[in-house]
Amino acid sequence: MSDEQESMTIIAFSGDLDKLWPTMILSSTAAATGMNVTVFFTFWGLFPLVKEDVRITGKDAMTKMLAGMNSPGFQGAKLSKMNMGGMGKWMMRKVAKKGNLMPPEDLFEICLDMGVNIWPCQMTMDLLGIEPEQMRPNLGEPVGAATALQVMSKSNISLFI
Amino acid sequence: MEFDRAVDAKGQSCPMPVLMTAKAAKEMESGQIMFLEATDGGARSDIPAWVSQTGNELVESSEEGGVLKFYIRKK
Repeated sequence: MSDEQESMTIIAFSGDLDKLWPTMILSSTAAATGMNVTVFFTFWGLFPLVKEDVRITGKDAMTKMLAGMNSPGFQGAKLSKMNMGGMGKWMMRKVAKKGNLMPPEDLFEICLDMGVNIWPCQMTMDLLGIEPEQMRPNLGEPVGAATALQVMSKSNISLFI
Repeated sequence: MEFDRAVDAKGQSCPMPVLMTAKAAKEMESGQIMFLEATDGGARSDIPAWVSQTGNELVESSEEGGVLKFYIRKK
């Protein structure tokens, strides 16, 4: 093991439940292994960071419509396939609970506790009209692509999920 | 074997055994021994991987009736 702290960066592009899971499992485990972890949430990945009681985000009809197709919070996350109007998601959560797999929102809290850097994408927030006060607390400052690339260029592991 | 701290991760799925181990290790003193029990099959390789990645020491490991047992010395 080298003296320099290892690091991992994940670009969380997808807001799908079955993709948030590995993102949160890898992030929490890497942090538990002593790595410096950063997750850059962009595009559809941003919606899980929106507070669950925020019903709709957006500044005009189109962005509101896009938000309508992406329910806020981890609870709003759908399965990438076989969602079947929420039936698939419900089954997946049920199976996970039965198998003692912690839900992604709980793993996210663990990540925050362990000091994982959560960076919302400023451009996506502007584009989709998501206001900072609509996002959950304890996140890092919104940043852009150059900041994400800067940390990725120094990371031992960089993933796009 | 004597130990200073016991961690029961039986019934927990990945990544919990590793997270629980890391959390307990954080609260332990250098040189102390942790006794960890887990039933998640992934822990068989995950715990040794975590131990080597973090520079701790796996003193002993065994398996008994589906329960994986590890003794880990904190660095």
